[in-house]
Amino acid sequence: MEEQPQGCARVSGSVIDAPPQDAPPQSGPTTTHEASKMTARVGQKAPDFSAPAYYQGGFTNVKLSDYLGKWVMLCFYPGDFTFV
Amino acid sequence: MSAVAAHYGALQKLGVEVLSVSVDSHFVHKMWNDNELSKMVEGGVPYHMISDQAGNVGRAYGVWDETQGIEMRGRFIIDPDGVIQAMEVLTAPVGRKLAETIRQFQAYQLVRASGGKEATPAGWEPGKETLKPGPDLVGNVWKVWNPSME
Repeated sequence: MEEQPQGCARVSGSVIDAPPQDAPPQSGPTTTHEASKMTARVGQKAPDFSAPAYYQGGFTNVKLSDYLGKWVMLCFYPGDFTFV
Repeated sequence: MSAVAAHYGALQKLGVEVLSVSVDSHFVHKMWNDNELSKMVEGGVPYHMISDQAGNVGRAYGVWDETQGIEMRGRFIIDPDGVIQAMEVLTAPVGRKLAETIRQFQAYQLVRASGGKEATPAGWEPGKETLKPGPDLVGNVWKVWNPSME
């Protein structure tokens, strides 16, 4: 993975849109954007994403689909410098 | 996450790639690694520490906490086809137990290697009996497995 140029923009992770075939039908105009974006389910494709990362002294970009063919443990946690 | 870093070797042996995600910037990840985690774990964090400041990835995985603006402790096992096989989500104050995650990786890898012909009963660990689902096993699980074996 190549080094990324570091600007001052507030970069963040983003989901690479590929709506799952089995997405639940929209239940009318009240469906929130967040709810319709929540697609992680066991037995289904993991939502692909691209995001900046720190890795062993450098900054890089991670794309989940680059890990196809490998087992992946994806771990979210509340924040750096927290206590648990 | 330092526990994961400390036991990274066990995950590597299983061919597991680790990706951690929080809402902190990748610059803060560097500071956390340099100033704290590298003092807990020899050589520092060995895996990619992903930044998801806007919570977009967390939302897609159902771990985004809107009120606190953080991501809950979600752990996902993703197989080589990119399919989520297992997930566990904890609220902030309780930490995970990595040994159970490793056990699940071992179980899913066994099932995959068997082409789905084998399944692992409750409490299975490497070396223990697996189940071979089929007509002969219907009504006969008690002959090969019982809860005391867990």
